[in-house]
Amino acid sequence: MMNRTLSRKLLVSMCGICSRRLSFAQSAVNTVQKQKELIKSRELEKDELRPLYMDFQATTPMDPRVLDAMLPFQVNYYGNPHSRTHAYGWESETAMEKARKQVADLIGADPREIVFTSGATESNNMSIKGVARFYKAKKNHIITTQTEHKCVLDSCRILEAEGFEVTYLPVKNNGLIDLKQLQETIRPYTSLVSIMTVNNEIGVKQPIKEIGHLCRSRNVFFHTDAAQAVGKIPINVNDWKVDLMSISGHKIYGPKGVGALYVRRRPRVRIEPLQNGGGQERGLRSGTVPTPLAVGLGAACDIAQQELEYDHKRVTSLANRLVQKIMSEIPDVVMNGDPDQRYPGCVNLSFAYVEGESLLMALKDVALSSGSACTSASLEPSYVLRAIGADEDLAHSSIRFGIGRFTTEEEVDYTVEKCIQQVKRLREMSPLWEMVQEGIDLKSIKWTQH
Amino acid sequence: MAASSREHVLSLYRLLLKESKKFPSYNYRTYALRRVRDAFRENRTVEDPKVVEELVKRARDGLALIQRQKWSSIIPTIGLRQVKLPACTASVSGVHRCVCVRVCCSVCGGVC
Repeated sequence: MMNRTLSRKLLVSMCGICSRRLSFAQSAVNTVQKQKELIKSRELEKDELRPLYMDFQATTPMDPRVLDAMLPFQVNYYGNPHSRTHAYGWESETAMEKARKQVADLIGADPREIVFTSGATESNNMSIKGVARFYKAKKNHIITTQTEHKCVLDSCRILEAEGFEVTYLPVKNNGLIDLKQLQETIRPYTSLVSIMTVNNEIGVKQPIKEIGHLCRSRNVFFHTDAAQAVGKIPINVNDWKVDLMSISGHKIYGPKGVGALYVRRRPRVRIEPLQNGGGQERGLRSGTVPTPLAVGLGAACDIAQQELEYDHKRVTSLANRLVQKIMSEIPDVVMNGDPDQRYPGCVNLSFAYVEGESLLMALKDVALSSGSACTSASLEPSYVLRAIGADEDLAHSSIRFGIGRFTTEEEVDYTVEKCIQQVKRLREMSPLWEMVQEGIDLKSIKWTQH
Repeated sequence: MAASSREHVLSLYRLLLKESKKFPSYNYRTYALRRVRDAFRENRTVEDPKVVEELVKRARDGLALIQRQKWSSIIPTIGLRQVKLPACTASVSGVHRCVCVRVCCSVCGGVC
């Protein structure tokens, strides 16, 4: 606000443009912007307090131990890990291999099966497009779900344009897929099944073990996007019979800009590489491996393995506290997703008769989101909520609370209190709520038809 | 053994807590304090001297780690002041916005 008036004054004084003409342009820009987003992004002013962070599914702050592991490699040990002729290269390579082992240990894999990438999006792209294109001659069917991450859905869309057949499996009302339906959908020429372990919007945990066994028995490769699950629930790729797994660094208190892809060696999964070059990372992903980021990812995985139980217990208790407090104080709150098969740290609640954006604006002291970060820019309700069959109005009024390693009881209590207060206030102002209180069934109302 | 004596462990614990309180960031500070307390409490009944030795060593590593990180946290940047929670009495210093915060050793909770 301040910046705009300031810049306007400057422009007027500098160019001598007629202020009336400038204000017309400004208002035109304003209306376009208003149509695009209701919550305006702005820099925090000088003495303004920062909001509480309750959006751990979008990203996580880096654990201090991870930063400590990374710093030497940013400052002193800056060699290229692929340089074979001097100590800088050797020490970098040792660190990179150590990080690889740490990542592999977390998921029960062999270090040779881990490929460092730039994030889970790249890993997803690599695995889906890579497997599909490699086995194109004999198999050209891919199965995925409707609640996958945008990068998976977009990759599948591109493959469809290339001539592949893609089936998007629907999910049940609780967010889980139907195993029988999956079994019926697998055909002899299916090359890949891609289903995410823990959903980033509603937090449901798919039955990966059963899916893995099913795919192995039918000779189909199984890829899972485990970005939200790694380090939070125990994972073993051999127990689960997973062939490809995507890991993201910045979801497990590691650095942003790094991720990993697990590619099974026995039985061998062949991938057509997306990024060609000097043959690093087994030829699957050429390019210098960023040593500090890889070391950070390794440290994050190591810490996650040690802290898994402690964190899980704590997150579960905080999440139960949040949900119970909110549900006991205000009526008509729906939790999206299965109540049992879920990761407790991702709570997606729909508050009936309250608009999601206005609730978010009212809760401006807390950093929350409605829907995933990738889709929160558009005004449409999230496709995940639509896929689980939530009503349009409930889908619009959903908020996702993310609880993580660094959340405290006080933060949860503050959020709950504020949330209850604002929901009550917004409902007071809502005419729909009045009608519901009088006993009118909203679904039976015939709104005027033009 | 002198190194793992009760007094030594207690003084290490006190030092860790003292350093924990110096984190400018609310989340890191509360996590560090909580983790140190919980880790020491959890390992309170450990008798095996080898394990005790190992834990004490990790505690000392954590302390060293934090003292290393201390300098990077003194970089003057924009104030980092978070929403005042009703139960929270320790408010942030308001001077440093520190990205490189002191590290927490995992077992003993480490010095923060």
